[in-house]
Amino acid sequence: MKAPPFQYHRPQTREELGALLASLDNAKIVAGGQSLMPMLNLRVLAPDHLIDINRIPELAGIRETVDGIEIGAMSRQADVLSSPIIRNQLPLLARALEHVGHIQTRSRGTIGGSCCHLDPSAEQPAICAALDAEFIATGPNGRRVIAAADWFHGLLQSALDDQEFLEALRFKPWAKGHGYGFAEYARRHGDFAIAGAAALLEVDGTSQITRAALVVFGVESSPRRLHKAEAGLIGQMIREVAVAPIVDAARALDPMEDAHVTADYRRHLAGVLIGRALRDTCSILERSQ
Amino acid sequence: MTQAQITFSLNGEQHQTTVDPRTHLADFLRHGLGLTGTHVGCEHGVCGACTVIVDGLPVRSCLMLAVQVDGCTVETVEGLAEGDALSPLQQAFSTHHGLQCGFCTPGMLMTLEAFLRATPSPTEQDIRIAISGNICRCTGYQGIVEAALSVAATRADSP
Repeated sequence: MKAPPFQYHRPQTREELGALLASLDNAKIVAGGQSLMPMLNLRVLAPDHLIDINRIPELAGIRETVDGIEIGAMSRQADVLSSPIIRNQLPLLARALEHVGHIQTRSRGTIGGSCCHLDPSAEQPAICAALDAEFIATGPNGRRVIAAADWFHGLLQSALDDQEFLEALRFKPWAKGHGYGFAEYARRHGDFAIAGAAALLEVDGTSQITRAALVVFGVESSPRRLHKAEAGLIGQMIREVAVAPIVDAARALDPMEDAHVTADYRRHLAGVLIGRALRDTCSILERSQ
Repeated sequence: MTQAQITFSLNGEQHQTTVDPRTHLADFLRHGLGLTGTHVGCEHGVCGACTVIVDGLPVRSCLMLAVQVDGCTVETVEGLAEGDALSPLQQAFSTHHGLQCGFCTPGMLMTLEAFLRATPSPTEQDIRIAISGNICRCTGYQGIVEAALSVAATRADSP
């Protein structure tokens, strides 16, 4: 249960980080370390170099820009959760963060770390998928913006190249007063979710749905948007939303199976949880109408 | 392996020392400094027994490298009591039967110490959520929750 030996590097600027990534082989970035440290302790990973980005101040912080809300990759989950900007403009993210680990892990864990690690059961990448976040990556050829639809490359695999690092995530908030819902099932609060789901809805003045996003996570190797089901919601009235087709869409996925959870159970949960998330979203909207 | 030099404050005292970068903070506190109050349970961030306070925030010391506390302020369970006088939270654990075998106690105390500083008037539910990342196999948690509630009430009564 002790990490294997590695060389430790602690860059102070993005430029130093870029230079290290360009020159070192078998290097791993440590952000909050709340997933990487267990993997090192359990010796699932044995990098030759560990690059600690905790002392690069430009990588942290929450900013409102003309392009949307930018959250630095090194922003701690505790800081994102307590941010009034996030609570007001990205309430789904704040709601989901309450389910991320415990206070001790949120003190260290970062939103960027979770989005680069990409555990299938992780809440933050799923919310990025629901909100169509943009991932701002920097590498030897400069900066590029990666759409959420292109970010997920399968189990524990993001679109980042070896020499790139994630600088920030950018979100375009949904209309003021939009509805949101989140539901997950874990054995205990804060444990890895067995499955989860989130929903976002916008309505017009007559309570007719004008925009929808639905995501299921922990079921397949990456969070899965239910695009067809979303399209089916447009034009429906929030008081009489047809939930059954949404549940069916979530149950049509191809769930993972492991020693503890069968694919059938995950399929069942996917339907239950997307239903709950959608109903919560509708009741938030009904109360505010 | 190259040793790294670190300077940090521990329970109010400045320390300067060298560490092997792969050593996690819990092992360093216990083996490097002989402070065995911080307990090591699962070493992968599940049990909470190794919780310490770094720069005012509760963290799992098995999920942080010792080299990362360079320049930081660290508080461990050894820093709570003043001499033989238990801290109010420690005393409350004793009064309310909030401990039995004692293995989880240092982590519980440090989690609640940080939590009560940040949240002086918590509800019972707030406390239960705060300690949800600390596993105790003896007490059933009830005594621990009562201890935390009594400390919060005492602090609210005193000016």
